[in-house]
Amino acid sequence: TIYFLSKTLAKPNVKNIVLVDGVRTPFLLSGTSYSDLMPHDLGRGALQGLLNRTGVPKEIVDHIIYGIVIQEVKTSNVAREAALGAGFSDKTPAHTVTMACISSNQAMTSAVGLIAAGQCDVVVAGGVEFMSDVPIRHSRKMRKTMLSLNKAKTLGQRLSLLGSIRMGHLMPELPAVAEFSTAESMGHSADRLAAAFGVTRVEQDEYALRSHRLAKKAQDEGLLSDIISFQVPGKNIISADNGIRPTSMEQMGKLKPAFVKPHGTVTAANSSFLTDGASAVLIMSEEKALALGYKPKAYLRDFVYVSQDPKDQLLLGPTYATPKVLEKSGLTMEDIDVFEFHEAFAGQIVANLKAMDSDWFAQNCMGRKSKVGVPPMEKFNTWGGSLSLGHPFAATGCRLVTTVAHRLQKEGGQYGVVAACAAGGQVFLPKYTYAQLARADTEYSRGATVQVFLVHSFGLFSVHVLCMKMTMCKSVQKHF
Amino acid sequence: MAAVGSLLGVLSRSATRRYTLRSGLSPRTFAVASSMLARTHVSYEIKDDVAIIRINDPNSKVNTLSVQLQQEMTEVMNEVLGNEAVKSAVLISSKPGCFIAGADINMIQACGTAEKVSSLSSEGQKMFERVEKSPIPIVAAINGSCLGGGLEFAIACRYRIATKNKKTVLGTPEVMLGLLPGAGGTQRLPKMVGLPSAFDMMLTGRNIRADKAKKMGLVDQLVDTLGPGLKGPEERTIEYLEEVAVGVARGLADKKVPMTKTKSTMEKIQEYVMGFEFVRNQVYKTVNNKVMKQTKGLYPAPMKIIECVKAGIEQGPDAGYLAESQNFGKLAMTSESRALIGLYHGQVACKKNRFGVPDREVKTLAILGAGLMGAGIAQVTVDKGVNTILKDTTVEGLSRGQQQVYKGLNDRVKKRSLTSFERDSILSKLTGQLDYGGFEKADMVVEAVFEDLNIKHAVLKEVEAVIPPHCIFATNTSALPIKDIAAASKRPDKVIGMHYFSPVDKMQLLEIITTDKTSRDTTASAVAVGLKQGKVIIVVGDGPGFYTTRCLAPMLAEAVRVLQEGVDPKKLDTLTTGFGFPVGAATLADEVGIDVAAHVAEDLGKAFGSRFGGGNVELLKTMVEKGFKGRKSGKGCYIYQPGLKRKDINPEIEEILERFKMTPHPTVSSDSDVQYRLVTRFVNEAVLCLQEGILNNPVEGDIGAVFGLGFPPCLGGPFRYVDSFGADKIVEKMRRFEDVYGNQFTPCQLLLDHAKDPSKRFHK
Repeated sequence: TIYFLSKTLAKPNVKNIVLVDGVRTPFLLSGTSYSDLMPHDLGRGALQGLLNRTGVPKEIVDHIIYGIVIQEVKTSNVAREAALGAGFSDKTPAHTVTMACISSNQAMTSAVGLIAAGQCDVVVAGGVEFMSDVPIRHSRKMRKTMLSLNKAKTLGQRLSLLGSIRMGHLMPELPAVAEFSTAESMGHSADRLAAAFGVTRVEQDEYALRSHRLAKKAQDEGLLSDIISFQVPGKNIISADNGIRPTSMEQMGKLKPAFVKPHGTVTAANSSFLTDGASAVLIMSEEKALALGYKPKAYLRDFVYVSQDPKDQLLLGPTYATPKVLEKSGLTMEDIDVFEFHEAFAGQIVANLKAMDSDWFAQNCMGRKSKVGVPPMEKFNTWGGSLSLGHPFAATGCRLVTTVAHRLQKEGGQYGVVAACAAGGQVFLPKYTYAQLARADTEYSRGATVQVFLVHSFGLFSVHVLCMKMTMCKSVQKHF
Repeated sequence: MAAVGSLLGVLSRSATRRYTLRSGLSPRTFAVASSMLARTHVSYEIKDDVAIIRINDPNSKVNTLSVQLQQEMTEVMNEVLGNEAVKSAVLISSKPGCFIAGADINMIQACGTAEKVSSLSSEGQKMFERVEKSPIPIVAAINGSCLGGGLEFAIACRYRIATKNKKTVLGTPEVMLGLLPGAGGTQRLPKMVGLPSAFDMMLTGRNIRADKAKKMGLVDQLVDTLGPGLKGPEERTIEYLEEVAVGVARGLADKKVPMTKTKSTMEKIQEYVMGFEFVRNQVYKTVNNKVMKQTKGLYPAPMKIIECVKAGIEQGPDAGYLAESQNFGKLAMTSESRALIGLYHGQVACKKNRFGVPDREVKTLAILGAGLMGAGIAQVTVDKGVNTILKDTTVEGLSRGQQQVYKGLNDRVKKRSLTSFERDSILSKLTGQLDYGGFEKADMVVEAVFEDLNIKHAVLKEVEAVIPPHCIFATNTSALPIKDIAAASKRPDKVIGMHYFSPVDKMQLLEIITTDKTSRDTTASAVAVGLKQGKVIIVVGDGPGFYTTRCLAPMLAEAVRVLQEGVDPKKLDTLTTGFGFPVGAATLADEVGIDVAAHVAEDLGKAFGSRFGGGNVELLKTMVEKGFKGRKSGKGCYIYQPGLKRKDINPEIEEILERFKMTPHPTVSSDSDVQYRLVTRFVNEAVLCLQEGILNNPVEGDIGAVFGLGFPPCLGGPFRYVDSFGADKIVEKMRRFEDVYGNQFTPCQLLLDHAKDPSKRFHK
């Protein structure tokens, strides 16, 4: 069989971990049909969809991990709120993770860690982002005054505090548009990156157009089967992404640069847009999945996170991480059948492709002898990407992994790679990059025991402590 | 010594990058040479219809407007403007970090007469006029320093694009060399940025960062610096700048890029207001008064700058350009300009390590004592990426010291020269502690504990027990001889003096003191650390008071006598500042600390005897007893109240002065005599230090006096002052004072030698 002919990535004494299935809500431009919801509503949609599609008995889910970037203060542990609302058991602990644009990747690898450590067998991971509403705060001065007001005991104290409010207090504080460490916005950084690699405006527009065309084709051919419909209360059922807009080079060429003016090259059309959406995946140990009678979609084999200088290399993570994860698994670029890279900006993708093709970059910035090598475009993001499908920050990771599994099945490949820079739009500190290697088996076969996260004793202890905290959280939650 | 010279501050901050020291070849040699040889400084390439003119001085790290560069530029301009296929041009430097750093100083100094300098100026004016009136648009693409003549070149172009590089600064620093922008700067700048900003730039000479320049309208467009891509970051950034500039040049030629920039409402209002003659007159008057107040009329350049700007605006461009070139010539011949240029050269020399590269780089530096000094040293060390340990004996002291470092860095965040993130990451390298933990990794220890030999010995022994064998022990003392401190050391070759000046983050000077046992490598290492801290360094021999304190002591002793003779502190300050000292003698004593002054006066008095006499040390001691220790205690000669800028004479001091009253001698007590009594004692002691070999050379003597003690910059330092004023005249004055006061005014032998033979000069 194929199994014997091909390399196996199974490692001795490490459990095989599998992706049973993955779903997502339609990704919508923020400010459209989802605009009156809250983040956990979308999360609920994805989780409920996963329950329905997989039919997994809710009492066997050991843990739920959910990612989010821009947190709604009312639902700071959005994982728990979404899970309860989606009908999961109130006995299942849930926690929220955040790691900028790779938050749901973090959710998935955390799940892998829990299973590998023997803590869990069945974990649901996912992520949600809701950009139609973001927390806009009172100014620090105003907040300080209001908090002091809370503590004021006499009418006199209260009046004097109220009297201290000035015009300046009333200026609201918007979520920062800039990187905290460098005070540079992501778009600005992408524009500089494109310039550093000499990526032209035309190259960027062409890449963006490709993304939209491929997404449209995938949508028309019904390939985006990870989408589950979402009923917006009081509105229609939403069942398709609404950001896919293949236009023409002429149309795109008319846009003015969005960040670096007037000579920049990054525009609204060649950047990913602000998106609302949620995703979820069901991850199990292979044994458990088979025992439950599932036919898993892929093995989750290995992963690596890397970090670089947040100023000049903010968006170059995929170049650094891809060769690392391949080398770790003993594979080469040629072995990979499916590439799914997160498209933060067309300029960022093209810059990464140029970096991977550059000996100078490999030698001077990566300490390698020669270039990484470029993924062949016919294997690269062939069902569209974040530029066209949309990029709800913390939901993108699960979309990428599920897409790899589906593409491997559809196209008959064996190995797939997911890479994402923690980049994307507005708000945070994305210096991490993530690449994940998924292996799908068209003929599902039993592999040997395998790998991932060798947790040493301290790690085990901390995981244990974490679980205790979860239980405590649960009891606290009940009080709310 | 907090306020020693805002002028100095500016002078020093930017001067290093400003002009290069090129050996000036005579103009004629070049004129012949360049016609025979291929061009070496300026080249150009035509891309489609855009000419890209590249500047690159092959002999230097920076580009300067030298004779050869100007010659080649003229040739290139002729070819470019004569080529009909060329529709626009870009002017760019191939050097990372420098566009054009200014005119070649040596070229100006080589001229000899005011007429020749004036004609140099008018040639420059003509060249830039041609650029300004060129039929095709010329775009200046600026990356790195764009100063003096470089800025004048850029503002003659039709459009300016600058990189956001930290090295990209624009400015007209000529005033700090006693000159004025002599190639059209005084005429074009007011038109470009408005009268007030133009005056501000030209009169302070300060550097303007690219983002500010954009806001002011000095540059039209900004370009980001790039990270590594397919090439190195610097190389690619210049390439990117060129690509953007070519695009703009083409756009200007096609009229797709608008030539006139839209003005903000504020700019429009300012322009409208400046249209009235009486408003302009008011501006001239205000600026004039401000300049007079700050310079006391001792610096001619600022007045001439105002004159040129006024001529251009009120009488038209012809009169303006004429005034500019003529005044430029006149200023170049002034002693003030020579003094300032001398200081500039000296400063460049004192930014080099003449002791070579040390065996080991100092990566961890420990500081003992978190007082004003210790914390100040920590601040200038930690922000250079050196791991810094700050040790004190009490939590309170340590906490105060760490606060000081934080505040110093946070002030820079407020001024936007640092981000809050950078501040935090810098502070992560600072460790505050009460014990000697981590000292085993220290490469150098600087002690800044109390000035008491016994304490210093105790500390030295404690430290030597914990530091590794290679670690250098530097002592920060202002008067105790280093060899006395080193006497307690097991390894005196590793002991050196590093005399910082307070406040450390503002004062440029570092006086390094070596004993005859200090090894060369120890000295090289101390100088390397000082240079890293951004200091201007003089290395002097050991002895009581070394160089700086020793020069200051007789002057302060004289100041005390002057006070005792009935001159009040305010009058004393006026007399000293009137001579050109940035800080008056009484204020200086308060800043240094009356207790320190008393301490030093007593120590040096013992070492040097009656020669260091004059004022009564008991007066200072009485002040200290009463708690009048100067600014730090709130009372000294003056009263200091937090938040209050105005300072009044401490009324209680009058009673003390009364007690120590002396009768002034009428023949040596005129205002001018009082000034000379103060200055000649300073100067004589400086010359004596050279004579005794404490000083290595007169240049370091001048730099130490000006940057450490605030000797009048317009005089260029004690040695240049002797040269320009005349040793014979100084001796003559001293002899007159000697008759009254005795050996305190006996000129030293070296000074006498110079007085006898006028051909003897300290500076060539």
